[in-house]
Amino acid sequence: MSTFPRLLAEQARERPEGVALQEKLYGIWQPITWRQYHSRVRDVAHGLASLGVARGEVVAVLGDNRPEWLISELAAQSIGAAVVGIYPTSLDEEIRHILDISGARVVVAEDQEQVDKLIKVKPQVARLETVVFYDPHGLEEYREDWLIDFAALEQQGRAWGAERPGWLDQQVADGQPDDVAVICTTSGTTSRPKLGQLTHHNLLSMAESLTSIDPLGPKDRFVSFLPLAWIGEQMTAVACGLSRGMTLSFPEDAATQRADMREIGPHVMFSPPRIWESMLSDVQVRIDEAGWLKRRVFGWGYGIGDRVAGRRVRGARTGPWARVMSAIAEAVALRPVRDQLGLARIKYCYTGGAPLGPDVFRFFHAIGVNLKQIYGQTEICGIAVLHTDDDVRFHSVGVPLPGTELRIADDGEILLRSSAVFAGYLGNEQATAEAIDAEGWLHTGDAGYLDDGHLVVIDRAKDVLTAADGTPFSSAFIENKLKFSPYVEEAVAFGTREITAMITIDPATVGVWADHERLSYTTYTDLAANPRVGELVRHEVHRANEDLPESIRVRRFLLLFKQLDPDDDEITRTRKVRRSVINERYAELIDGLERGDSEVSVTNTVTYQDGTSTKRQVTLPIHSMERHQSLRDSRPRPVWSSRR
Amino acid sequence: MLTRAYRFELNSSRVPVGEPLLEVEDVSLRFGGIHALSEVSLTVAQGDVHAVIGPNGAGKSSLLNCTSGLYRPQRGRILLHTLDEGGASRTHDLATRRPHAIARLGVARSFQNIELFGHLTLLENLMLGRHIHMHHHLLPALAWFGPARRQEIRHREFVEEVIDLLHLQGHRHAPVGSLAYGIQKRVELGRALCIEPSLLLLDEPMAGMNAEEKEDMARFVLDVGELRGVTVMLIEHDMGVVMDISDRITVLDFGRVIGDGTPDEVARNEDVVRAYLGTDA
Repeated sequence: MSTFPRLLAEQARERPEGVALQEKLYGIWQPITWRQYHSRVRDVAHGLASLGVARGEVVAVLGDNRPEWLISELAAQSIGAAVVGIYPTSLDEEIRHILDISGARVVVAEDQEQVDKLIKVKPQVARLETVVFYDPHGLEEYREDWLIDFAALEQQGRAWGAERPGWLDQQVADGQPDDVAVICTTSGTTSRPKLGQLTHHNLLSMAESLTSIDPLGPKDRFVSFLPLAWIGEQMTAVACGLSRGMTLSFPEDAATQRADMREIGPHVMFSPPRIWESMLSDVQVRIDEAGWLKRRVFGWGYGIGDRVAGRRVRGARTGPWARVMSAIAEAVALRPVRDQLGLARIKYCYTGGAPLGPDVFRFFHAIGVNLKQIYGQTEICGIAVLHTDDDVRFHSVGVPLPGTELRIADDGEILLRSSAVFAGYLGNEQATAEAIDAEGWLHTGDAGYLDDGHLVVIDRAKDVLTAADGTPFSSAFIENKLKFSPYVEEAVAFGTREITAMITIDPATVGVWADHERLSYTTYTDLAANPRVGELVRHEVHRANEDLPESIRVRRFLLLFKQLDPDDDEITRTRKVRRSVINERYAELIDGLERGDSEVSVTNTVTYQDGTSTKRQVTLPIHSMERHQSLRDSRPRPVWSSRR
Repeated sequence: MLTRAYRFELNSSRVPVGEPLLEVEDVSLRFGGIHALSEVSLTVAQGDVHAVIGPNGAGKSSLLNCTSGLYRPQRGRILLHTLDEGGASRTHDLATRRPHAIARLGVARSFQNIELFGHLTLLENLMLGRHIHMHHHLLPALAWFGPARRQEIRHREFVEEVIDLLHLQGHRHAPVGSLAYGIQKRVELGRALCIEPSLLLLDEPMAGMNAEEKEDMARFVLDVGELRGVTVMLIEHDMGVVMDISDRITVLDFGRVIGDGTPDEVARNEDVVRAYLGTDA
């Protein structure tokens, strides 16, 4: 087993002029070769050492995905330190928490926005000594002497290194595969994030097993746009990227992500469900705005693609006639759509972190995208269970990776064991002991069962409920059914006897629908309160109910007056609903839903960005599904359209 | 190696910070019997964000139009100070010059009603802002050859920095007419910056915007002023924004200057309060 810095040195030796990273800057892709990458990492490593960072310490990085992020990471690892990523959207309290636990003395921050946050928390974080920034715009007037420009650090490092020839090579050689390489924060739907330590060996053995199933090579490209603080991005961009020599591309700006991705045409992609869902919504919106001819052609092509995909995922072959038809469908309908989404070259796509609706899954397979579910968590390097190419079952998460042992405990909890199981939580031995038992099994905390060798995940073990008639289910199961609707952004289900739900609408798709219907509206609150929108969502809930067993159908729902927001702690940065916060904050609404009132009032406190707040009285109607049962005349609409 | 720091200066004025850059002296402008401006005098110092405020019809836009040469005042002088590379000082009277000659002196402006080329892309609109700095001849330009090519690449680099500064990357190749109003206003600012202004005139840069767009625009005006050192003279109705971002404010009412000073001084000026809030009758 190797380490990341050694792999980087190997790549730089074998393919010095190959493109390792490229970033779009000023509208042009600017390549960084493996040789340049390696030499910048060396400079920064020397620079970090000159700042006093020593083996076993932690360097924090706070910013969007840029080459400097990875350069800092590899530089820290070169001198035996680990890196902890902080989500760029994090606010003071989260940043302080992570810096406190990791004890980082040096933080590499992106720009003025992130530096401002660090200036604010610095007095409370005793160990923080130096902040390095790599986007100097707006920081010209800052006089804090503990701020250093990244370019200056590289220069300082070069000078420092020139006086100590061979020092860094020795450091890299001293690095052991069992050293901690990356610290990833767990998403923390239940409590404050814990810091999971992953070693070089953990990450590389995971990359080894994953690429043994889905081979990747130096010709493959990857677009890095999800936070590098997330295990999924570390797993694909860093672990697979370095061990297989992939080219990583960084988009220019959040607003240009889609266009940049289309230009690159990545070969592999790993995203949480919301990215796939938003791609599907994009397709729906675009097709609904297209003329009838395009709609008809796509509808026909999609039908063919769907049938072929249905056979392919079972590993069955298609007949000659179907192959001819599918070639035509591919040319006129499916390939153009893939190209628009930037998926024209894709070999493998993964979704994970939360369940993805079978409709969305099916859509991507029908247009020829090899989308696969993976199951894992930060504690096992993000992936342990995966669909194989010819055996994709939409309701399952696939079979364990080679080298991964899977066991279902007596109480239904999923247990995993492999060489990718993490080295424990930093500064939290109690939590580590709860996660890994004496025999090395990782207790995932998820409930699931095996179906013909395939793992099916129900939900977090503590969230599994029993319905009135004894059916085991979870709220998430119902919520996901609701969220399969393009109009529903988030849903939270309550109760076990009579299921009720709180729903937030997706302002983009509902907005387009409202435009078509000639409804005028001002804000999100106004749109969500529109009775026609209520009616629209009722149809969607009805549709979801048809897929659910009778005992767990949604009886009543309401549309919340706002979207769930990570700034209000209602949802995590990775968009997982925080149930405890919702239960507390919207207790009145939930009571009203359970009682079956026709409407419910709530006092809403709005906090503005400048810190002032106002209180408003809001009355929300509760929509009951009772009277809706008779409305069965509408044909099911195709998954690719939001028109009825 | 790639650097993220900007390589081009946006400000082309060499006048030291704090020295007078523009001096308006006793300017009067009449349209028939209407006195749009009467004996208006004010001084804009290098490096300031200088706001001109006043009720509707106070003569704010007229003053800006006189400065950029669209109107010719009947009386008075509008003096722009420049320093050449050797440090020799020159003074130009803008009141006697044509608009294109004033633009060559580095006086750039945006308009209250957006005046962009709607069918051209954002990039093309900004490249047009570079026209006074383009010097190549027709033939090499047509052939995209030699110095013409190098020059255009250089200008494109300049324009890209402006795009980066104003966060317009996502719209680079979109026809400007299809962009949202708030974005178009930003493009107008961008095109004015592409001139490399010695003085930037902004005519109601935040008119018709929502609160968020206003905040963004205020941020950009401050970036341009404080960080890039461009002297900004702007007209604005939103008093909150003006008080927040201006170094100095001149108040006009019925074509006359009724107040001039820092935001604090202006807010305490009784004439100004009367003009804005009315008097107890």
